[in-house]
Amino acid sequence: TGSESPIVVVLSGSMEPAFFRGDLLFLTNYREEPIRVGEIVVFKIEGRDIPIVHRVLKVHEKEDGKVKFLTKGDNNSVDDRGLYAPGQLWLEKKDVVGRARGFVPYVGIVTILMNDYPKFKYAILACLGLFVLIHRE
Amino acid sequence: MAALTFCCFLTTAFNSHKASVYLGTGKAIVKNVPDYSANREKSDLGFIVFDMTADLTKIFNWNVKQLFLYLTAEYETKDHQLNQVVIWDKIIRRGENAMLDYRSINTKYYFWDYGNGLKGNKNVTLTLSWNVIPNAGTLPKVMGEGSHKFKFPDEYSANRF
Repeated sequence: TGSESPIVVVLSGSMEPAFFRGDLLFLTNYREEPIRVGEIVVFKIEGRDIPIVHRVLKVHEKEDGKVKFLTKGDNNSVDDRGLYAPGQLWLEKKDVVGRARGFVPYVGIVTILMNDYPKFKYAILACLGLFVLIHRE
Repeated sequence: MAALTFCCFLTTAFNSHKASVYLGTGKAIVKNVPDYSANREKSDLGFIVFDMTADLTKIFNWNVKQLFLYLTAEYETKDHQLNQVVIWDKIIRRGENAMLDYRSINTKYYFWDYGNGLKGNKNVTLTLSWNVIPNAGTLPKVMGEGSHKFKFPDEYSANRF
């Protein structure tokens, strides 16, 4: 699908009631595809690791294809300018990790639980290990 | 079980989610003021009132959790070949009233241009679109059938809107 990571888990409540923490999003990132308002994009702020999933609110595109756009979470009352890097007013294509094309609810909650509760992760790994041992043919 | 889920999804996968929309505008003015939310340069700021009528009830089915509606103003300026600004949006969840009938309402978001391209702009097109959010499945964007073109005046306005 051309994307750096084709599946992401929704980490925050900023897109409720469409998406909740733990929902799974399927992404594509075809570079030639234009950015248009209404799209749900996953982007990263320069210098930060965490991908953000928000909706495109404004697009200004030049003839040569250079585009600047602004995003906002559905559940936020203000746009994302406060989230961007200091001095950054717009996002550009290079900031985009992918576009959300489809989604499945809840499934990603497992990865969030494993992140927040390491003991849960070890318990899952232990169970998997046990399962493998018991089912060896 | 997974096959059953997939088949359920398939039953709604090919719905068109289309509907017709009536859009109109009343007064439209432009001011030229510093954009404190952005680069603080003097930019064009448009003010409009608009009408909107649409019946979206037929779009909802068991696999439509919510519609995210957004009203887009699209126009061309000498700085940018394509500009799209969302000036109003609304979430309608399944079960809520999906008949829209607004008269002379204000925009929800400021209509800033990135530059000074609204004054004298003869062709600004308003369209209403919706992003269909399913219980599970794809997230299509659909544009309503029915757009509306309007123009901004040739002079800046110093008056209150």
